[in-house]
Amino acid sequence: MEDKELIETIENYLTDTMSSQERTAFEALRKNTPEIDQMVVEHKLFLDHMQSFANRRSIAKLTSQTFNKLKAAGEWITDDTISTKTKVIQLWNKYKRVTAIAASVGGFIALATTILVMSLSPSLNGNQLLQLSKAIEVIKKNQQVQGHLINEVKSKVPENAKLLSGGSGFLIDTKGYIITNTHVLKGNGAIVINSIGQELHAKIIYSDINSDLALLKIDDEDFMSPKNIPFVIRKKMSDLGEEIFTLGYPRNDNDIVYGKGYLSAQTGYNGDSNSYQIQISANPGYSGAPLFNDKGEIIGIMNTRQKQAEGVAFAVKSNKIFDLIESVNENETNKSAKIKLAKNNTANLNNRKSQISNLKNYIYSIRSYN
Amino acid sequence: MKAELNEQALLKGLANNDSKAVETLYKSHFSSIQHFVLNNNGSFDDARDVFQEAMITLYEKVQTDSFVLSCQIKTYLFSICKHLWLKRLHQLGKYSGPLSSQEESISVEQDMREWDKKEASFEIMNRALHSLGEPCKSLLEGYYLNKKGMQELAADFGYTNADNAKNQKYKCLMRLKKLFFAQYNIGE
Repeated sequence: MEDKELIETIENYLTDTMSSQERTAFEALRKNTPEIDQMVVEHKLFLDHMQSFANRRSIAKLTSQTFNKLKAAGEWITDDTISTKTKVIQLWNKYKRVTAIAASVGGFIALATTILVMSLSPSLNGNQLLQLSKAIEVIKKNQQVQGHLINEVKSKVPENAKLLSGGSGFLIDTKGYIITNTHVLKGNGAIVINSIGQELHAKIIYSDINSDLALLKIDDEDFMSPKNIPFVIRKKMSDLGEEIFTLGYPRNDNDIVYGKGYLSAQTGYNGDSNSYQIQISANPGYSGAPLFNDKGEIIGIMNTRQKQAEGVAFAVKSNKIFDLIESVNENETNKSAKIKLAKNNTANLNNRKSQISNLKNYIYSIRSYN
Repeated sequence: MKAELNEQALLKGLANNDSKAVETLYKSHFSSIQHFVLNNNGSFDDARDVFQEAMITLYEKVQTDSFVLSCQIKTYLFSICKHLWLKRLHQLGKYSGPLSSQEESISVEQDMREWDKKEASFEIMNRALHSLGEPCKSLLEGYYLNKKGMQELAADFGYTNADNAKNQKYKCLMRLKKLFFAQYNIGE
C-alpha cells in the first residue's frame, strides 16, 4: 500500500467509516505490522489535536460573538472605574426580577442592609460574635503559673516580650507548616507548643484578615518532623448534620481538649459563605483548631462563636486552606519548600480514642507576642 | 433541585455550542467576574479575556466523557478567573498580596495544567497552519475542521476532480504533520 492510501485507510478506520470486513482485515494488519500500528497511533494523536484546535476555535468565536452582542446591547457597564454606586446598580440589575416579585419597602430595606453588611467584608461583629482566641490576661497568668511550675525549662518567648494572644493550630505539612486563625496572632512573633508541652519557635509566613486564616512555619532545631500527616483536607462542601469533632487548647494548663458536635448550617454568621455554623461547645482558645468529620478529614477551622447562643460556633471552610496554599506556593520559588498536603488519611478510624491520641501530635497550642 | 437541573441543561448546551446557553452564562456570571477584576487592579477588557478563557476551560471540561462538575457553575468560573487573574498580575509584576473577593472558590490547579497543555498545542497547530500557506491551509481547514467532502472542496478550489484534490490534501497534510510534530515534540 502506498503511504497516501494508507493514511486514507487509517482515517477511515479512525472515523469509523469502513465496512466491518475491512475493519477486521485492517485490525489484523495493524496487529501484525508494528509500523502501521505506530502510524495509527500517531495519526490519531494528530487528528485529536486538530479536533481540539477546531473546538477551541469555534467556542472562542462563539463566546466573542455573544460577548460583543451583549456588550452592544448595554448588558454591562464598560467603565473601568467601579464605585459603590455601580456595585449597587449591578446588584440591583441582577436581582431586579427577584425583588420585583417580593417587592415591598421592607424587603428592599432588608436587601440594602444585606448588601451593606456584605460589602463591609466579613469583619467581625463585635457585639454578637466572640473570637475564640484567649484573652491577654489569662495568658499572662498562665505564663506566670507555668513559670512557677517548671522554672527549670527556659521559655522560648523572649524575656521582655509581651504575650498578646493565643489559640490553637494544626500541622499540614511535615516541613512544619501550621494553619491557625489570623486573629490568634495579634503580635509579630509566635511560638507553638506541642501536645507534650514542648515550646518551638515559629515564623508567621502568611496571614489574611478576610479569611481569618494564617500560616506559621516552625523554625526550630528542636522540631521533630513527623513522617507524614495522617489527615487530608476536604475540598468539597460538607453536609448538614455531619458529625464533627475538634481538638484544641482552650484550657490554661495547656492540656488538649476534645469536643464533639455537628454541622448545623452550611453558611456562617449572617450567611457568610466562607464559614460553617456548628453546634459545639466552644471556648476561647479553640480558635484555629481543626474541625474533623467522621472520616477524619479536616473540614474547617474553628474561629468564632455567637455570644448569646450557647453552643453555636463558626468555622472557616477547609477549602479556604487551598486558596491560602495556592498563594503561598505561588510566591515560593524554591520547589522543595512548597507546601504539599497529605493525599491519604492514615489515622485509625475505627477507634476514636486511638484516633485522637494519634491526631493530638499534630495539633499545637499557639502564643503570639510582641 | 430545579436549579441543579438548569445547570445541567446549561452545561449540555455549552457542550453543543448552543449560543443560547453561552448567552445565559455570560448574562448570569460575567458581571461578578468584571467586579472582581476591576476591584483587583484590572480593566473591563481584562475581565473579558479571563472570562472567555474560563468559558473555554469549562467548555473543554464538559466535552470530556469523564466530566463531573463538583460545584456550581458560578463557583467554577470564578475559581478559574481568579487563578488566571492572579497569574496575570504576577506576570505584570503587579501582584500585591492576596486578592480581595467574597466569592467562594475551589482549587482548579489540575484543570489549569490541562488548559496550559491545550493552549500550547493550540498555538503550535495555529502556527503550523499559518506557515503552510494557501491553498494548503484552507484545503485542510475545509476538510478536517469544517468537515466538507472532497467533491465539494474540489469545486471550491477549482481542482478538475476529487482525486486531484485528494492528492493535494495528502501532500498538505504531510507538511502540516511534520510542522506540527517538529514543534510539539520539542515541547513535550
